[in-house]
Amino acid sequence: MAVSDIETAAAAPASAASTASARARATAFLAKRHHLRWWEALPWLLIIAAYFIFPDRLTFGTQVLIGIMFALSLDLILGYAGIVTLGHALFFGIGAYTVALLTARWNWGEPISSMLLAILLSSLAGLVSGWFLLRYRNLTLLMLTLAAAILVQEAGNYRSDITGGYDGVPGMEIWKLFGVFENDLYGHTYYIYVGVLLLIVWYIVRRIVYSPYGAALTGIRENVRRMHAIGSPVHWRLVTAYTIAAGIAGMAGALFAQSTAYTTLGVFDFDNSAKVMVMLILGGTGRLYGAFIGATVYLVLEDHLSKLSPTFWQFGIGLLLVLTVLFARRGLLGLLEDALKYFGRGAKS
Amino acid sequence: MTAALQVEKLNRSFGALPVTRDVDLTLERGARHALIGPNGAGKTTLVNLITGVLKPHSGRVLLNGDDITGTSQAERARRGLARTFQINQLFRGLTVLENLTMTIGERDGECNNLWRPAGAKPSVIEEALDHLESLRLADDALRLVRELPYGRQRLVEIAIALAQKPRVLLLDEPAAGVPSSESHLILDVVAALDPEIAVLIIEHDMDVVFRFAKEITVLVQGAVFTHGTPQQIMADEQVRAVYLGEEGHKVAGASHG
Amino acid sequence: MSASAIVSILFDGLAYAMVLFIISVGLSITMGLMGFVNLAHGAFAMAGGYLVVTLTRSWGVPFLPSLVIAAVVVGVASIPFERILYSRLYKATELDQVLLTIGLAFMAIASYTYFYGPSPLTVPLPSFLTGQIDIGVRTVPTYRAFTIVVGAVLIALLWYGFERTNIGAKIRAAVDNRRMAQSVGINVDRLFTLTFALGSGLAAFGGGLAIQTFGLTPSFAVLYLVFFLIIVSVGGLGSLKGTLIASILLGVFDIGGKYLYSDAGGFFIYVLTVLVLLIKPAGLYGRE
Repeated sequence: MAVSDIETAAAAPASAASTASARARATAFLAKRHHLRWWEALPWLLIIAAYFIFPDRLTFGTQVLIGIMFALSLDLILGYAGIVTLGHALFFGIGAYTVALLTARWNWGEPISSMLLAILLSSLAGLVSGWFLLRYRNLTLLMLTLAAAILVQEAGNYRSDITGGYDGVPGMEIWKLFGVFENDLYGHTYYIYVGVLLLIVWYIVRRIVYSPYGAALTGIRENVRRMHAIGSPVHWRLVTAYTIAAGIAGMAGALFAQSTAYTTLGVFDFDNSAKVMVMLILGGTGRLYGAFIGATVYLVLEDHLSKLSPTFWQFGIGLLLVLTVLFARRGLLGLLEDALKYFGRGAKS
Repeated sequence: MTAALQVEKLNRSFGALPVTRDVDLTLERGARHALIGPNGAGKTTLVNLITGVLKPHSGRVLLNGDDITGTSQAERARRGLARTFQINQLFRGLTVLENLTMTIGERDGECNNLWRPAGAKPSVIEEALDHLESLRLADDALRLVRELPYGRQRLVEIAIALAQKPRVLLLDEPAAGVPSSESHLILDVVAALDPEIAVLIIEHDMDVVFRFAKEITVLVQGAVFTHGTPQQIMADEQVRAVYLGEEGHKVAGASHG
Repeated sequence: MSASAIVSILFDGLAYAMVLFIISVGLSITMGLMGFVNLAHGAFAMAGGYLVVTLTRSWGVPFLPSLVIAAVVVGVASIPFERILYSRLYKATELDQVLLTIGLAFMAIASYTYFYGPSPLTVPLPSFLTGQIDIGVRTVPTYRAFTIVVGAVLIALLWYGFERTNIGAKIRAAVDNRRMAQSVGINVDRLFTLTFALGSGLAAFGGGLAIQTFGLTPSFAVLYLVFFLIIVSVGGLGSLKGTLIASILLGVFDIGGKYLYSDAGGFFIYVLTVLVLLIKPAGLYGRE
C-alpha cells in the first residue's frame, strides 16, 4: 500500500541480521512510511510551471486539474478499496448540478459556499447509495451503480424544465471569487483556485491513505475474507471510503460547473464514468500519483487528437486501453517504476 | 464455570444434503480439543458455522455464555474468537509486519482513525514485532508474505490469529501443506500456546492429535460420532473402523506406542 | 389505458424483446459459463448489422439469407478474438475484463465510423416484410410480427439444443459447476469457444434484425449495451429462461413507459433493474 512499490522492495533486508537491529529497521520503516519523498514535489512543480509556460492554455489546464481531482476520488474506492463501479459520474454530476441550480434557480452564484454545498450533497448521495449498494459485488454492483447514475440522469431529463436537460442549465452566473477575482477568459484565476483546492484534496487523501484506516482499506482489497475474520467492520469501512470519494467527485463536478459556467445532463453519462476509469487505469491505480499522470496524459492526448479526428482518437484510446490491460497493467506509473528499477535507481527512501 | 465456547445442536444443510447434524461441542477455558474425522465429515463446515461464515439452520453457538448465533463473523472476532484457515488467508502483497499491524489495528480500533499516520503509534508496531519474535518470524518482518516459503506463511497465519488476543482459537489443519521438514515449526507453536486460550484444532495427523489434545471429538458425516479423552478414542474399535483405509495404520501405530 | 393500447404495448414490447433476446442470449450463456464480463458483445451485434447492410446493398443478397450469412461469418470471426485475446483474461479480475472489452468496443465503433460513416443506415427489406398485417385485434407492422416469429423459432431451437442435445447438457453442466464438469472430462475450454462463437453469431443475427427496429449507427455497440447488460443481470447468468423473461420485461416496460410518459418513460427499466437486483442479486434465474 506504499505510494510506490519501490519503497517496499528497497526496505527488504538482503540478509538475516540480528533480531534487535531487524526490529529497529522494521519500526523505522513503518514509522517513516508517510514522510514526504522529494519526488512528491514534482507534480506540484509541474503544475506551477505550467502556469508560466502555458499562460494561454490555462482554461484547459484547469480542466486537467479537475480531471486529476476526479480521478483521485476514484482511486480511493477503486485503487485502494478495490471496489469496481460503473457510476462514479453520478457524484460528479450531483456536484455540478448543485452549483448550476443554485445560481440558475436561486440566484446564488457564490463559488465557495456553492462548492461546499455540492460536496455535502454528493457525500450524502455517496453515503446513502454506498450503504445500500456496497453489499453487492461484481456484475450486480456494476449494474446497480450504472442504473443509479442513469436514473438520476433520467429524472433530470424528466424535469428538464428545471435542469435544462441535455441543452444545459440556462442562465448560470458564477460570482467573483471572494468578491474580487473574476474567472477571466484566460483562466488564470481559476487555475490557481482549483490548484489550491487540489493541493488540499491531495493532502487529505494522502493522509487517509497512510492512516490505519487506509491500511484497512488495502486489507479489504487484498483479502476481504481475512478482514472479516479479524473483526474488521468491512461494510462500514467501504461506505466511508465511498462517501469521501463521492464528496471529492462532487467537488470536482462543482468546480467543473463553475469553471465552464455550463452544465448539461451529459455529466451523468456512462461515458464520463468510463473516462475517469480509463484515466486512472492509464496512470496506475492505488498509488495516488497515477491519477495525476493518467488524467494529464489522457486529457492532453484527447485535446490534441480528438481535434484532428474524433474517430482516430476513439480508436486510439480503445487500443491504448487494450494494450494497458494486456501489457502495462500497473499503468504509466508502473512502467515508470519498472524503468527506474531496471536502471538501478532502486533506493527511493 | 461458563464454557469458553459452547455449540448446541447445530444443524446445517446444503440444499438437500445435511452437512452438520445436531452437533454439540464444548470448549472449556484452556481447552486443548481436537476435531477429527474422515474427509468430507464436515469439520471445516463446523468451524465456518462457529465463526459465522455460514449461518446454521438451527442450533446455537455461545461464546463465554453469550449467544452469538445471530452475529456476524467480524463481531465474533471482536468478541475473542479467532481462526486460521485451511488454506492461508493472508495479505500476500503486504509485508509480514503489516499483516500483523493490520490485525492489531483492527483489534484495538486503530483502523477507525483516518488521519494519524499508521506508523506513528509505536506500541502497535512493538506488539506486532513481539508476536513475530515469539514465532521466530522477526527477521522476515519486512518481507512480502508472498515471498516467504509456505511453511513460514503458515506461521504468519497463526501469528495473525494470536495477534487478535483471542479467548477461543480455532486452528484448521495448521500444518496442512507444510513440507514435513518445516512442520515442527508449526507444531512447536501449537504446543506452546497460552494455556488460557481455549483451542480447537482440526487435524489429520494422529501423532499431532495425541500429543496435543486433552479431548477429542470425532465427526463423521456431519454428526458427532463419539467424543472422549485420547485414551478412550484410541481404544475405541468403532473409531478405528471408521478410519480404516485412511488413518487406520496410524491409529494402530500410536496405540503401540 | 384502452385495451387496444395494452395490446399495442404488449405486441410492440414483445417484438422489441425478441430482438434484444436474440442478441443477449449469447452474452448470458458465455458469462454464465466463463464468468467473463464481455462489454464488447454489442460490437458483435453491430458487426452483424453492418455486414447485413453491405450484403444487401452492395452485393444484392436478399435480406433473410444475409442474416444467416452474417451470423455465420461473425460467429466464425469471433473465434480468433476468443482464442487470442479473451482467453488470456479468464483468470483476470473483472475490472480487467471490463476495461479490455470496453477498449475493444471503442476500437470497433471507431472502425465502423471510419468505414461506414456516422449516419444511420437502413436495409432494404423484402416486400413481404413491409407494410402491415392483420393479427385479428388490430393491424401491426409486418416486420414486428416477423421479429416475434423469428424469435419464437430461435427460442424453440435453443431450448431444444440446450435441453435435448449432448452439447447442451455439457454447457448446462459447465455453467452449473465448471470444476465438476472438467473433472468429469468435459473440455470446458473448447466448449467455451463453441459457445462464444454461437453467442456472437446469434448477436450478429440479432444485430441484422435490429437495423429496422433500433436503427444502425456505429454507436450501437455501446448505446444498447446497457440493455443487454440489464437483461443478463436481471435474468440471471447462464439461464435461457431468465434471458427470455428479462427481455420481455425490459421490452414491455420500456415501450409501456414511453407510452405513458413519452421520453421520460425510459427510466422504468432502470427502476426495474435496481429493484430486482436488490432483492435477487444473482438475477431472477441466476445461481448464487
